[in-house]
Amino acid sequence: MGTLHPPSRVPRRGGTRPGRDRPEAASPLVIRRGRRQDLPQIVAIDATVTGLEKRDYWRSVFGRYGGNGRAERQFLVADAGGRVAGMVIGEVRDWEFGSPPCGWVFGIDVDPDFRQAGIGTRLLDAICASFRRAGVSKVRTLLARDNKLILSFFRSQGMMAGPFIPLEMDLDA
Amino acid sequence: MKLQKNTYLALYSVLEFAADPARHVSAAEIADKYGVSSHHLAKVLSELARAGIVESVRGAGGGYRFAGNARRLTLMDVIQTFEELGLPDGSRREAGELTPVGRALGVVLSEIDEIARATFSSITLATMLRLIERQQRGATGSVRRNQPRSRPAASHQRATARR
Repeated sequence: MGTLHPPSRVPRRGGTRPGRDRPEAASPLVIRRGRRQDLPQIVAIDATVTGLEKRDYWRSVFGRYGGNGRAERQFLVADAGGRVAGMVIGEVRDWEFGSPPCGWVFGIDVDPDFRQAGIGTRLLDAICASFRRAGVSKVRTLLARDNKLILSFFRSQGMMAGPFIPLEMDLDA
Repeated sequence: MKLQKNTYLALYSVLEFAADPARHVSAAEIADKYGVSSHHLAKVLSELARAGIVESVRGAGGGYRFAGNARRLTLMDVIQTFEELGLPDGSRREAGELTPVGRALGVVLSEIDEIARATFSSITLATMLRLIERQQRGATGSVRRNQPRSRPAASHQRATARR
């Protein structure tokens, strides 16, 4: 991947703000493939949630998953009247961790201004549809145990704990 | 894992109430459905009312009704009204706990406790009701995407897994 510049910190915006007065609210929402010109908005959305501006990271992710590349790699955005409201990234992986081919969701994010409008659900639905077209019948994700909000989201979509246990250890210097 | 009996009764009751929030349900009705004593259940419902999860209904028919927000209340919210799930009790130590073997076992048990707490804390009553619905339909547990939805969309946040 190469050397990344350390992500810069930005003030975090938390919570949910339905953004009732935003002009894009009246525009129909379109789920489409991400484009390079979407990256600044994607970086901004991620930064509002995580407090970290990860330009190099998102450029790298787009390079691997975006464009019109391999069908089993997906970089989708929710387009609300020209404004990126959210994104989802994932791909089909074969036989890793001993698992038959399945779809993996690596990231999903929705601009706080656009939350509580079903956009996360539509993004997840869209990427799952792509996984199904690719011939797999299982979708998985991985997230931090203390990330209750996101855990709740995925569980509300019907996801349950899978047969894997993430393990880790420190690497001593 | 097993929960305490009162906790099970509380979960059964809350899910019955949350399934139809406008309906008043008597303790006798739930006791009959789950094969428990009304007297015992009344104590559980009283505790749930104190926690603000249900409220008693005065007047003809009486009973209780759901007083919470099914999309916000989690299984953990109900459980911890009746028991402390796996939290270490500094005042109660098992024999041998402070030995190296005891401490190593404690690390393993803590791992299990953390997973249990994360699981219960991430499942809202609304999600649980959908799970019950799937059980009733005889589903295998998988969810078919892109099917018409009859439920309101859940709030959504961010999950990232880097490989």
